[in-house]
Amino acid sequence: MKLAEKMRILAASVGTIAAVVAVTASGPVQAADKEQFFPALVYRTGAYAPNGVPFANGYVDYLKLVNARDGGIGGVKVTFEECETGYATDRGVECYERLKGKGATGATLFQPLSTGITFALTDKAPKDKIPLVTAGYGRADSVDGTVFKWNFPLGGTYWDAADILVQHVGKLQGGTDKLKGKKIALVYHDSPYGKEPIPLLQERSKMHGYELLLLPVTHPGVEQKATWLQIRQQRPDYVFLWGWGVMNSTSIKEAVATGYPREKMYGVWWSGAEPDVLPAGDGAKGYNALVFLAPAGQGQVHKDIIKYVYDKGQGTGKKEEVGEVLYNRGMVSAMMGVEAVKRAQFKYGKKPLTGEQVRWGLENLAIDAAAIKKLGFDGFMNPVGTSCVDHEGAHSGRVQVWDGKKWTVTAGPYESDLQIIKPIIRASAAKYAAEKKIPARDCAKDASS
Amino acid sequence: MKRNRNLIILFAALLAGLIAPLVTGASGAGFYTEVLLGGLMAGVLYSLVALGFVLIFKASGVFNFAQGAMVLFAALSVARMAEKMPLWAAMLLAVVIMVALAFVIERLVLRPLVNQDPVVLLMATLGVTYFVDGFGQTVWGSDIYEIDLGIAKEPVMILGQLFEGGILINKDDVAATAAAALLVILLALFFQKTKTGRALRAVADDHLAAQSIGIPLNRIWVIVWSLAGIVALVAGVVWGAKLGVQFSISQVALKALPVVILGGFTSIPGAIIGGLIIGVGEKMAEVFLGPVMVKAFDLAGGGIENWFAYVLALLFLLVLPEGLFGEKHIDRV
Repeated sequence: MKLAEKMRILAASVGTIAAVVAVTASGPVQAADKEQFFPALVYRTGAYAPNGVPFANGYVDYLKLVNARDGGIGGVKVTFEECETGYATDRGVECYERLKGKGATGATLFQPLSTGITFALTDKAPKDKIPLVTAGYGRADSVDGTVFKWNFPLGGTYWDAADILVQHVGKLQGGTDKLKGKKIALVYHDSPYGKEPIPLLQERSKMHGYELLLLPVTHPGVEQKATWLQIRQQRPDYVFLWGWGVMNSTSIKEAVATGYPREKMYGVWWSGAEPDVLPAGDGAKGYNALVFLAPAGQGQVHKDIIKYVYDKGQGTGKKEEVGEVLYNRGMVSAMMGVEAVKRAQFKYGKKPLTGEQVRWGLENLAIDAAAIKKLGFDGFMNPVGTSCVDHEGAHSGRVQVWDGKKWTVTAGPYESDLQIIKPIIRASAAKYAAEKKIPARDCAKDASS
Repeated sequence: MKRNRNLIILFAALLAGLIAPLVTGASGAGFYTEVLLGGLMAGVLYSLVALGFVLIFKASGVFNFAQGAMVLFAALSVARMAEKMPLWAAMLLAVVIMVALAFVIERLVLRPLVNQDPVVLLMATLGVTYFVDGFGQTVWGSDIYEIDLGIAKEPVMILGQLFEGGILINKDDVAATAAAALLVILLALFFQKTKTGRALRAVADDHLAAQSIGIPLNRIWVIVWSLAGIVALVAGVVWGAKLGVQFSISQVALKALPVVILGGFTSIPGAIIGGLIIGVGEKMAEVFLGPVMVKAFDLAGGGIENWFAYVLALLFLLVLPEGLFGEKHIDRV
């Protein structure tokens, strides 16, 4: 076969594949006027896939449920499209650019599930007028809605998490004043995500007199020998784990290998799911982690998902994984986005809404105990109520322990100490506003409009 | 002469850096020994992957960028098949799969590109990397999977009389070292004592001359890629048993790059020694040098072991461009 002929065959094959991909890859998105478009930034491949997959499944399944059970949001059908970020910031931005203009009114909101991508999109979102919802991750200072108008770290930030962990170990010692002279090691993912809790832990360290050891772990986190040898040498009283993906299970395995007691290890809520402990087997028994919105388990909403989604053959993942920690968190994240649209529909009408309109819904979110029960999330989250000055809406967390088979909540709820956190938030947000020349928002004026 | 002087300076500097924590009192002898052992064990794992790079480069002059992906693919195959059959059967089947993969790569990628520029072959292996990475996850999944070799994970204390608190070692690290040593012995025997091994060495020396005396190049390539696949399988099983089988293995396998730069692209002993130097160097740097740098220069901090391995390899490159044991390149002018 001559080269030219080979090239023709190759070109024809590539063209055919491209055509098939173009036709099939559009997924559930269909052009229609009466639809609300939710972009889904996911990572189903790569180093962080074990954690990205269950979250994405929960997120997408809830959107399917809203259509199947409720007929959409106020009669407006929900559409969505996944874009694979691989947890990489550059690919996350690429996905954002690709999806921001889709749907009848553009993207409703973005939930990137990556602090790195959140940092990158924080500058873009105000220009495109699309809100960023970062439930339990992202920039901790974005709680301040007077500066971060488009960011919504709903339900918890890393400063809340760090604060709650210090409160908890302080309580175990008999009071935070008893932490004086103790050692706390932070084993963290060497990325914007892992570095987020450091200012709060340093502030608390000054207050209580404990020594803070900072031990970074480079991406993806499978090489931690040096880190855990340092832990063995320093013998900290507690280890706080700020990992993600395979880093978490590796940390637990290295703790086993160096003989560090798992009972003294406390993970942030992104280090406390099934994929983090199962690979470590029995070695993970006794390991603790925070839970902020959604622990593992099933409630009414899960029964609905099984009935309306899985039993109809529309489930995204495996049926037996419905109810896992990260599945539930993805589901709760999607639910808060849907509730924001519902809230905004009260003001703007039951029609497809723009990102700017949904932003108002997010800023006036009021998911109280009655609403939680009605939505079928009873026991899976605490009330969330946002305002112009507080884009977080809830500041509590609990501690759960892995017993080798399941997670059990053992302590809490703790409320993070806003007396300590607020000044740090204000200082950091003011610094950001000065750098980016963002004028101060007048919340009183905005609320009346 | 100048080269030898530079080499002596480099080794003296490295040795000084190596013993500095002990001499300055920054570390006790027990902890220092633990870090040293940890580095040697990590180095053995890097060597296992580096062996695959060296084998293919030696026989075909191709830098196989896909070696890390092959490690992941082999480990995924073993882990998933072991869920349905005994481990030994899964490993045997995985050998068949890796040989089949070698055959496919030779037939579809290498043979059509024979006599092309080395950079074309490098780019082709880059393509193979992405294919094998993605295909492996598509077929076997992207969760974290286990390979249970039946070795206890709990640490063992030794030399309690010599060092306060003893020295902590892990049985799986010792097993990895034993597996690497056994593999090197088997490879050495294969290259020295078998007809195919001698043919491989002949191709490595001069593939045109080897072809002229009737050594079939295509078959040799299949054999060498199969061998690299089997080495990848051993590395994948050892890594997988230690870390869990997941995508990250293919990225960690790229740590073998500084190893082959340092040890030389064509030397099996170079891959072993290079692995040990990189392993010890990066662990020592992370534990002792990193904190000192942060304090001395008021840095933001962060892990240094990933990039320090490359710094180490670059230092060697400056003095020994062919690596520690690489073949000297002499051009006639």
